[in-house]
Amino acid sequence: MSLRLDGVGLVYSNGYRAVNGVSISIGAGERVAIIGPSGAGKSTLLRLIATAQRPATGAIEVLGAAPWILGRGALRKLRSRIGMVHQAPPIPPRQRVVTAVLAGRVGQWPMWKGLASLAYPVDVAGAQSVLARMEITDKLFERCDRLSGGQLQRVGVARVLYQQPDLMLADEPVSAVDPALSDRVISELNREAVARRITLVASLHAVDLALHWFPRIIGLRAGEVEFDLPPVRVTDAMLRELYASEATVPTQGDQPLAVEAAGIRRKPMCS
Amino acid sequence: MSAAAAVWGPRDPSALPRAALTVLIIALLWPGFRLAEFDLAVLFDPRNRDTVGKFIGTFFPLATSADFLQLLLKSTLETLAIATAGMVIAMLVGCPLALFVTRSLSISRIGPGRGYILGRVLRLPARFALMLFRSIPEIVWALLFVRAVGLGPAAGLLAIGVAYGGMLGKVYSEILESGDVRPTTALLETGSGRFVAFFYGMWPAALPELVSYTVYRWECAVRASVIMGFVGAGGLGQQMELSMRMLNGGEVSTILLIFLLLVVLADTLSALLRKLTA
Repeated sequence: MSLRLDGVGLVYSNGYRAVNGVSISIGAGERVAIIGPSGAGKSTLLRLIATAQRPATGAIEVLGAAPWILGRGALRKLRSRIGMVHQAPPIPPRQRVVTAVLAGRVGQWPMWKGLASLAYPVDVAGAQSVLARMEITDKLFERCDRLSGGQLQRVGVARVLYQQPDLMLADEPVSAVDPALSDRVISELNREAVARRITLVASLHAVDLALHWFPRIIGLRAGEVEFDLPPVRVTDAMLRELYASEATVPTQGDQPLAVEAAGIRRKPMCS
Repeated sequence: MSAAAAVWGPRDPSALPRAALTVLIIALLWPGFRLAEFDLAVLFDPRNRDTVGKFIGTFFPLATSADFLQLLLKSTLETLAIATAGMVIAMLVGCPLALFVTRSLSISRIGPGRGYILGRVLRLPARFALMLFRSIPEIVWALLFVRAVGLGPAAGLLAIGVAYGGMLGKVYSEILESGDVRPTTALLETGSGRFVAFFYGMWPAALPELVSYTVYRWECAVRASVIMGFVGAGGLGQQMELSMRMLNGGEVSTILLIFLLLVVLADTLSALLRKLTA
């Protein structure tokens, strides 16, 4: 079992109840998409899973360990096995692409190696090979503030690929990029998860992407799980219900659906 | 009322606090000027003007004898050495303390494992040390070190090292706090240590500001080393004190001219480094 949440809840200091009594378990190698309207608690749920946020109530188990009773060192070690793709890549401007990618492993490296890599990148070939998968090898030594938004997002994904985490999380990884790149990023994350048999949990704004790429869909609304089903069993009525607070069911590029929700490609159950 | 609302729209809720703050600041500043016996009219009093004119008159012509210039060259180099070496010591004091007290680098911020209280407890004395270092003026440090290591540049150097170490630590940590903390947070969340998180998450973005503040402080250190020369800590200041005591205005103005050149130098250096690190 890769991930288990049992009655997990979190109330922010301003009284906002972001996540409320969520119980899910996700097995090793599962690929799960979390969908729901904005403010549903998708990001908070991912932060809880990433051990970046301590739940106020309930128990959580990540990669076979209960993070919040671990000691400092053990918790750091656990965190180094968790990779997160952010909506806006958390890469400082002026940093070079190669450094930004290698930063994926500084949690696993001893300190001297991390520092030595600043003097001369210790694994140029490794960085190059993950960048090749995102088709931006030519930017290897470019500065990150000279990249376009889409290129920067690909660097962010390359960093997590380089990290080789045992649990891969993605918080709306493609909300800010165009549909063609969205497909590319999501497919690369899925390919990595399948190839290395690791767990992938992604929150997605675009429902069509989620239904197309992921064999398990969790619908989240007001901090609670509405449904937890394979995509073929997610009905249009469920989606309309889930997104009742928004005008439409959101899709890639926030374009209104050309086809009705019924027309969205769904992955067959047996995949 | 409704007519006013139609013309002006809803009232800006922060207008009143802003106005109140402005009034408060002026109310606080006014007694300050009074206390400092600030009065512009005194400057234009003919008798005072005469005295000032005479004083400035003694500054000319500049002293340009070869002997004196050679002496000045040595003193200038000494001043630069005090300022520069002092800054190195200040950085050795300030950088570790800054990294230590910067809250955005704290792992316990994103949720600690057990055993985080120690760090929180240790951060207090570090903050206190920074405050202590910078609350005591460098001239007092210099007087202290003159007694410890004797007259000469070494005292000035140590004084700058301690006093400026406190300032650098404080301002460095403020620069680091004010930057974007997302890169650092993301690194800490994937298990990196605070030292590495600093170099990978903050360093690239904060570097230009850190460099430019350090150069500015170096410039201040040059000027401070002059003041400290008055209490026997070497350099141009000691020379200036001698010239002043001998009422040699020409020498004083030559020394002042050199200060001007040093500030220009610092400015150029700062601009150059900024360009390099941009």
